Amino acid sequence: MKPPRLAHLACLSIVFIASLLLAACHHDEPPPWQLADISGHMPDLSFQLTDDQGKAVSGADYRGKVTVLYFGYTHCPDVCPLTLAHLHVVMQRLGKLSDGVRILFVSVDPTRDTPAVLHDYVSAFDSHAVGLTGSPADIEALSKRYRAAFTREPGKTDGSYDVSHSSGIYIFDGNGKVRLLATPADSQDKLVHDLHLLLSPGDAT
Amino acid sequence: MTPRALGFLLATSLLPTAGLHAAQADHVTASHAWIRLLPGDLPAGGYVTLQNNGATAATLVAAQSAAYASVMIHQSLQETDGTSRMAMIGRLMIPAHGDMSLVPASYHLMLQQASHPLKVGDSVDITLDFADGSRLPVHFLVRPANAVDTN
Repeated sequence: MKPPRLAHLACLSIVFIASLLLAACHHDEPPPWQLADISGHMPDLSFQLTDDQGKAVSGADYRGKVTVLYFGYTHCPDVCPLTLAHLHVVMQRLGKLSDGVRILFVSVDPTRDTPAVLHDYVSAFDSHAVGLTGSPADIEALSKRYRAAFTREPGKTDGSYDVSHSSGIYIFDGNGKVRLLATPADSQDKLVHDLHLLLSPGDAT
Repeated sequence: MTPRALGFLLATSLLPTAGLHAAQADHVTASHAWIRLLPGDLPAGGYVTLQNNGATAATLVAAQSAAYASVMIHQSLQETDGTSRMAMIGRLMIPAHGDMSLVPASYHLMLQQASHPLKVGDSVDITLDFADGSRLPVHFLVRPANAVDTN
Protein backbone atom coordinates (compact mmCIF):
# COMPACT_ATOMS: atom_id res chain seq x y z
CA MET A 1 0.00 0.00 0.00
CA LYS A 2 2.94 2.36 0.54
CA PRO A 3 3.95 3.19 -3.06
CA PRO A 4 0.46 4.36 -4.18
CA ARG A 5 0.18 6.65 -1.16
CA LEU A 6 3.54 8.22 -1.91
CA ALA A 7 2.52 8.76 -5.52
CA HIS A 8 -0.67 10.37 -4.36
CA LEU A 9 1.25 12.70 -2.06
CA ALA A 10 3.67 13.59 -4.85
CA CYS A 11 0.76 14.36 -7.12
CA LEU A 12 -0.83 16.58 -4.53
CA SER A 13 2.39 18.47 -3.88
CA ILE A 14 2.88 19.08 -7.62
CA VAL A 15 -0.62 20.56 -7.81
CA PHE A 16 0.13 22.62 -4.73
CA ILE A 17 3.43 23.96 -6.10
CA ALA A 18 1.85 24.66 -9.49
CA SER A 19 -0.94 26.67 -7.86
CA LEU A 20 1.65 28.61 -5.85
CA LEU A 21 3.55 29.41 -9.04
CA LEU A 22 0.36 30.54 -10.76
CA ALA A 23 -0.51 32.74 -7.82
CA ALA A 24 3.01 34.18 -7.89
CA CYS A 25 2.66 34.93 -11.61
CA HIS A 26 -0.57 36.81 -11.04
CA HIS A 27 1.03 38.66 -8.18
CA ASP A 28 3.88 39.88 -10.39
CA GLU A 29 1.56 41.68 -12.81
CA PRO A 30 -0.53 44.22 -10.95
CA PRO A 31 -2.36 46.73 -13.16
CA PRO A 32 0.13 49.59 -13.63
CA TRP A 33 -2.35 52.40 -12.93
CA GLN A 34 -4.38 52.96 -9.80
CA LEU A 35 -6.42 55.82 -11.28
CA ALA A 36 -8.76 55.45 -14.27
CA ASP A 37 -6.68 54.92 -17.43
CA ILE A 38 -8.26 57.12 -20.13
CA SER A 39 -5.37 56.95 -22.63
CA GLY A 40 -6.70 57.50 -26.14
CA HIS A 41 -10.18 58.36 -24.94
CA MET A 42 -9.81 62.13 -24.95
CA PRO A 43 -7.93 64.60 -27.18
CA ASP A 44 -4.41 65.91 -26.50
CA LEU A 45 -3.96 68.93 -24.23
CA SER A 46 -4.70 72.03 -26.32
CA PHE A 47 -5.94 75.51 -25.36
CA GLN A 48 -5.39 79.25 -25.83
CA LEU A 49 -5.65 80.97 -22.46
CA THR A 50 -3.95 83.58 -20.23
CA ASP A 51 -1.81 82.45 -17.30
CA ASP A 52 -1.74 84.03 -13.83
CA GLN A 53 1.16 86.29 -14.90
CA GLY A 54 -1.06 87.76 -17.64
CA LYS A 55 0.83 85.94 -20.41
CA ALA A 56 -0.93 84.28 -23.38
CA VAL A 57 -0.26 80.54 -23.19
CA SER A 58 -1.22 77.43 -25.13
CA GLY A 59 -1.23 73.72 -24.38
CA ALA A 60 2.05 73.35 -26.29
CA ASP A 61 3.81 75.58 -23.73
CA TYR A 62 3.50 72.75 -21.19
CA ARG A 63 5.02 69.98 -23.32
CA GLY A 64 7.78 68.30 -21.37
CA LYS A 65 5.78 68.55 -18.15
CA VAL A 66 3.23 66.14 -16.79
CA THR A 67 0.11 68.30 -16.42
CA VAL A 68 -2.72 67.97 -13.92
CA LEU A 69 -5.78 69.82 -15.26
CA TYR A 70 -8.56 70.89 -12.91
CA PHE A 71 -11.52 73.22 -13.45
CA GLY A 72 -12.66 75.45 -10.59
CA TYR A 73 -13.00 79.05 -9.41
CA THR A 74 -11.55 81.12 -6.61
CA HIS A 75 -14.89 81.97 -4.93
CA CYS A 76 -15.40 78.25 -4.28
CA PRO A 77 -14.60 77.95 -0.55
CA ASP A 78 -14.80 74.20 -0.04
CA VAL A 79 -14.19 71.62 -2.77
CA CYS A 80 -11.70 73.57 -4.97
CA PRO A 81 -9.34 74.44 -2.07
CA LEU A 82 -9.61 70.89 -0.74
CA THR A 83 -8.60 69.47 -4.14
CA LEU A 84 -5.70 71.92 -4.48
CA ALA A 85 -4.57 71.24 -0.88
CA HIS A 86 -4.53 67.50 -1.63
CA LEU A 87 -2.56 68.11 -4.84
CA HIS A 88 -0.09 70.18 -2.79
CA VAL A 89 0.50 67.22 -0.45
CA VAL A 90 0.90 64.96 -3.51
CA MET A 91 3.56 67.36 -4.89
CA GLN A 92 5.38 67.33 -1.54
CA ARG A 93 5.35 63.55 -1.48
CA LEU A 94 6.78 63.40 -5.02
CA GLY A 95 9.78 65.39 -3.80
CA LYS A 96 12.21 66.39 -6.57
CA LEU A 97 10.04 64.68 -9.21
CA SER A 98 7.34 67.33 -8.68
CA ASP A 99 9.46 69.77 -10.73
CA GLY A 100 8.24 67.81 -13.75
CA VAL A 101 4.59 68.55 -12.94
CA ARG A 102 2.35 71.57 -13.55
CA ILE A 103 -1.06 71.82 -11.90
CA LEU A 104 -3.27 73.76 -14.34
CA PHE A 105 -6.16 75.37 -12.45
CA VAL A 106 -8.59 76.60 -15.12
CA SER A 107 -11.12 79.17 -13.91
CA VAL A 108 -14.72 78.62 -14.92
CA ASP A 109 -15.46 82.11 -13.56
CA PRO A 110 -13.38 84.44 -15.77
CA THR A 111 -15.49 87.49 -14.79
CA ARG A 112 -14.11 87.49 -11.23
CA ASP A 113 -10.93 85.47 -11.75
CA THR A 114 -8.46 87.92 -13.25
CA PRO A 115 -4.83 86.78 -13.68
CA ALA A 116 -3.91 88.74 -10.49
CA VAL A 117 -6.64 87.10 -8.38
CA LEU A 118 -5.69 83.70 -9.76
CA HIS A 119 -2.01 84.32 -9.06
CA ASP A 120 -2.60 85.00 -5.35
CA TYR A 121 -4.95 82.04 -5.18
CA VAL A 122 -2.78 79.32 -6.77
CA SER A 123 0.35 80.63 -5.01
CA ALA A 124 -1.36 80.02 -1.67
CA PHE A 125 -1.50 76.30 -2.51
CA ASP A 126 1.55 75.12 -4.42
CA SER A 127 4.50 76.49 -6.38
CA HIS A 128 3.75 74.04 -9.23
CA ALA A 129 0.25 75.41 -9.72
CA VAL A 130 -0.61 77.73 -12.61
CA GLY A 131 -3.89 79.65 -12.79
CA LEU A 132 -5.44 79.91 -16.26
CA THR A 133 -8.23 82.20 -17.37
CA GLY A 134 -9.46 83.64 -20.66
CA SER A 135 -12.50 84.56 -22.68
CA PRO A 136 -15.70 82.67 -21.79
CA ALA A 137 -15.59 81.13 -25.30
CA ASP A 138 -12.01 79.85 -24.91
CA ILE A 139 -12.74 78.40 -21.46
CA GLU A 140 -15.90 76.74 -22.71
CA ALA A 141 -13.96 75.28 -25.64
CA LEU A 142 -11.45 73.69 -23.24
CA SER A 143 -14.10 72.36 -20.84
CA LYS A 144 -16.10 70.91 -23.74
CA ARG A 145 -12.96 69.27 -25.11
CA TYR A 146 -12.77 67.25 -21.88
CA ARG A 147 -16.55 67.00 -21.36
CA ALA A 148 -16.26 69.00 -18.13
CA ALA A 149 -19.54 70.88 -17.75
CA PHE A 150 -19.98 73.99 -15.66
CA THR A 151 -23.01 76.20 -14.91
CA ARG A 152 -23.29 79.58 -13.25
CA GLU A 153 -25.95 79.24 -10.57
CA PRO A 154 -28.63 81.95 -10.10
CA GLY A 155 -27.23 84.98 -8.24
CA LYS A 156 -27.94 85.69 -4.60
CA THR A 157 -29.31 88.89 -3.11
CA ASP A 158 -25.84 90.23 -2.29
CA GLY A 159 -24.74 89.90 -5.93
CA SER A 160 -22.53 86.88 -5.33
CA TYR A 161 -23.03 83.61 -7.15
CA ASP A 162 -21.76 80.03 -7.20
CA VAL A 163 -20.57 78.00 -10.16
CA SER A 164 -21.26 74.29 -10.23
CA HIS A 165 -18.53 72.51 -12.09
CA SER A 166 -17.08 69.15 -13.04
CA SER A 167 -14.66 67.96 -10.37
CA GLY A 168 -12.54 65.63 -12.54
CA ILE A 169 -8.74 65.85 -12.41
CA TYR A 170 -7.23 65.12 -15.85
CA ILE A 171 -3.62 63.97 -16.10
CA PHE A 172 -1.57 64.36 -19.29
CA ASP A 173 1.92 63.08 -20.01
CA GLY A 174 4.86 65.20 -21.18
CA ASN A 175 3.72 64.82 -24.80
CA GLY A 176 0.31 66.30 -23.99
CA LYS A 177 -1.41 62.91 -24.36
CA VAL A 178 -4.28 62.28 -21.96
CA ARG A 179 -3.48 59.41 -19.60
CA LEU A 180 -5.48 59.33 -16.36
CA LEU A 181 -8.63 60.66 -14.75
CA ALA A 182 -8.89 61.17 -10.98
CA THR A 183 -11.73 62.44 -8.82
CA PRO A 184 -11.38 64.46 -5.59
CA ALA A 185 -12.34 61.25 -3.76
CA ASP A 186 -9.26 59.38 -5.05
CA SER A 187 -6.57 58.98 -2.41
CA GLN A 188 -3.29 60.87 -2.38
CA ASP A 189 -1.59 57.45 -2.50
CA LYS A 190 -3.11 56.69 -5.91
CA LEU A 191 -2.10 60.08 -7.30
CA VAL A 192 1.44 59.77 -5.94
CA HIS A 193 1.77 56.22 -7.31
CA ASP A 194 0.56 57.06 -10.81
CA LEU A 195 2.36 60.40 -11.12
CA HIS A 196 5.54 58.68 -9.95
CA LEU A 197 5.09 56.12 -12.71
CA LEU A 198 4.50 58.84 -15.33
CA LEU A 199 7.48 60.90 -14.18
CA SER A 200 10.04 58.19 -13.55
CA PRO A 201 12.58 57.50 -16.28
CA GLY A 202 11.99 54.10 -17.82
CA ASP A 203 8.22 54.50 -17.89
CA ALA A 204 6.99 53.10 -21.19
CA THR A 205 5.03 55.98 -22.70
CA MET B 1 -37.35 103.49 38.19
CA THR B 2 -33.86 104.01 36.95
CA PRO B 3 -32.93 102.50 33.58
CA ARG B 4 -30.40 100.34 35.42
CA ALA B 5 -33.05 98.91 37.77
CA LEU B 6 -35.36 98.29 34.80
CA GLY B 7 -32.59 96.44 33.05
CA PHE B 8 -32.02 94.30 36.11
CA LEU B 9 -35.72 93.47 36.38
CA LEU B 10 -35.90 92.53 32.69
CA ALA B 11 -32.81 90.38 32.96
CA THR B 12 -34.04 88.51 36.02
CA SER B 13 -37.49 87.98 34.53
CA LEU B 14 -35.89 86.32 31.51
CA LEU B 15 -33.78 83.98 33.58
CA PRO B 16 -36.52 81.52 34.59
CA THR B 17 -37.52 81.06 30.93
CA ALA B 18 -34.00 80.08 29.99
CA GLY B 19 -33.81 77.76 32.99
CA LEU B 20 -37.02 75.86 32.25
CA HIS B 21 -35.63 73.94 29.30
CA ALA B 22 -32.26 72.32 28.99
CA ALA B 23 -30.93 74.39 26.12
CA GLN B 24 -29.64 72.50 23.06
CA ALA B 25 -26.36 74.41 23.07
CA ASP B 26 -25.66 73.25 26.65
CA HIS B 27 -25.34 69.66 25.46
CA VAL B 28 -23.18 70.33 22.43
CA THR B 29 -19.40 70.43 22.48
CA ALA B 30 -17.29 71.61 19.56
CA SER B 31 -13.89 70.30 18.49
CA HIS B 32 -11.54 70.55 15.47
CA ALA B 33 -12.84 74.01 14.66
CA TRP B 34 -10.82 75.65 11.88
CA ILE B 35 -11.05 78.03 8.94
CA ARG B 36 -9.29 77.59 5.61
CA LEU B 37 -7.90 81.06 4.91
CA LEU B 38 -7.92 82.10 1.24
CA PRO B 39 -6.11 85.13 -0.22
CA GLY B 40 -7.74 88.55 -0.52
CA ASP B 41 -11.37 88.63 0.54
CA LEU B 42 -12.36 85.32 -1.01
CA PRO B 43 -15.04 83.36 0.84
CA ALA B 44 -13.55 80.86 3.29
CA GLY B 45 -14.77 77.50 4.59
CA GLY B 46 -15.27 76.90 8.30
CA TYR B 47 -15.18 73.39 9.75
CA VAL B 48 -16.07 71.92 13.14
CA THR B 49 -17.11 68.64 14.73
CA LEU B 50 -20.17 68.93 16.97
CA GLN B 51 -20.87 66.32 19.62
CA ASN B 52 -24.35 66.23 21.16
CA ASN B 53 -24.28 64.69 24.64
CA GLY B 54 -27.98 65.34 25.21
CA ALA B 55 -30.89 62.90 25.10
CA THR B 56 -32.63 64.93 22.40
CA ALA B 57 -31.42 66.10 19.01
CA ALA B 58 -29.91 69.56 18.68
CA THR B 59 -30.54 71.52 15.49
CA LEU B 60 -28.10 74.09 14.18
CA VAL B 61 -30.02 76.81 12.34
CA ALA B 62 -27.53 79.64 11.82
CA ALA B 63 -24.10 80.96 12.70
CA GLN B 64 -22.65 84.43 13.06
CA SER B 65 -19.37 86.15 13.70
CA ALA B 66 -18.13 89.68 14.21
CA ALA B 67 -15.23 88.72 11.93
CA TYR B 68 -17.45 88.10 8.87
CA ALA B 69 -20.41 90.04 7.45
CA SER B 70 -21.99 86.79 6.32
CA VAL B 71 -21.87 83.24 7.73
CA MET B 72 -23.99 80.57 6.04
CA ILE B 73 -24.40 76.83 6.50
CA HIS B 74 -23.59 75.14 3.20
CA GLN B 75 -23.29 71.67 1.81
CA SER B 76 -21.07 70.64 -1.08
CA LEU B 77 -22.80 68.09 -3.25
CA GLN B 78 -21.27 65.71 -5.74
CA GLU B 79 -23.72 64.89 -8.53
CA THR B 80 -23.70 61.51 -10.25
CA ASP B 81 -22.34 63.15 -13.42
CA GLY B 82 -19.24 64.25 -11.47
CA THR B 83 -20.39 67.85 -11.07
CA SER B 84 -19.72 69.58 -7.76
CA ARG B 85 -22.11 72.25 -6.47
CA MET B 86 -23.09 74.00 -3.23
CA ALA B 87 -26.45 74.21 -1.52
CA MET B 88 -27.55 76.39 1.40
CA ILE B 89 -28.75 74.45 4.43
CA GLY B 90 -31.43 75.88 6.74
CA ARG B 91 -31.21 73.28 9.51
CA LEU B 92 -28.53 70.80 10.45
CA MET B 93 -29.47 68.16 13.02
CA ILE B 94 -27.01 66.69 15.50
CA PRO B 95 -28.62 63.45 16.73
CA ALA B 96 -29.02 62.70 20.44
CA HIS B 97 -25.80 61.15 21.80
CA GLY B 98 -24.32 61.55 18.35
CA ASP B 99 -22.16 63.89 16.32
CA MET B 100 -22.18 65.87 13.12
CA SER B 101 -18.99 66.81 11.32
CA LEU B 102 -18.64 69.89 9.19
CA VAL B 103 -15.66 68.82 7.08
CA PRO B 104 -14.29 69.66 3.60
CA ALA B 105 -16.42 68.48 0.66
CA SER B 106 -19.47 68.10 2.92
CA TYR B 107 -21.27 70.42 5.34
CA HIS B 108 -19.33 73.61 6.08
CA LEU B 109 -19.73 77.22 7.10
CA MET B 110 -19.33 79.63 4.21
CA LEU B 111 -17.66 82.75 5.60
CA GLN B 112 -17.83 85.92 3.52
CA GLN B 113 -16.61 89.51 3.72
CA ALA B 114 -14.10 89.49 6.55
CA SER B 115 -14.39 92.63 8.68
CA HIS B 116 -10.59 92.79 8.97
CA PRO B 117 -7.76 90.84 7.31
CA LEU B 118 -7.08 87.53 9.04
CA LYS B 119 -3.81 85.64 9.20
CA VAL B 120 -2.81 82.05 9.80
CA GLY B 121 -2.78 81.27 13.53
CA ASP B 122 -5.55 83.76 14.41
CA SER B 123 -8.51 82.60 16.46
CA VAL B 124 -11.94 83.62 15.17
CA ASP B 125 -15.06 83.51 17.36
CA ILE B 126 -18.13 82.12 15.62
CA THR B 127 -21.42 81.72 17.48
CA LEU B 128 -23.59 78.75 16.54
CA ASP B 129 -27.35 79.31 16.86
CA PHE B 130 -29.63 76.40 17.72
CA ALA B 131 -33.33 75.92 16.99
CA ASP B 132 -34.39 76.70 20.59
CA GLY B 133 -32.58 80.02 20.54
CA SER B 134 -29.60 78.78 22.56
CA ARG B 135 -26.11 79.68 21.40
CA LEU B 136 -22.68 78.11 21.45
CA PRO B 137 -19.60 80.32 21.01
CA VAL B 138 -16.72 78.46 19.32
CA HIS B 139 -13.09 79.49 18.67
CA PHE B 140 -12.01 78.63 15.13
CA LEU B 141 -8.30 78.37 14.33
CA VAL B 142 -7.24 80.07 11.07
CA ARG B 143 -5.20 77.64 8.98
CA PRO B 144 -3.41 78.12 5.61
CA ALA B 145 -5.15 77.61 2.25
CA ASN B 146 -3.30 74.35 1.62
CA ALA B 147 -4.01 72.80 5.03
CA VAL B 148 -5.42 69.29 4.94
CA ASP B 149 -7.97 68.07 7.43
CA THR B 150 -6.92 67.66 11.04
CA ASN B 151 -7.98 64.78 13.17
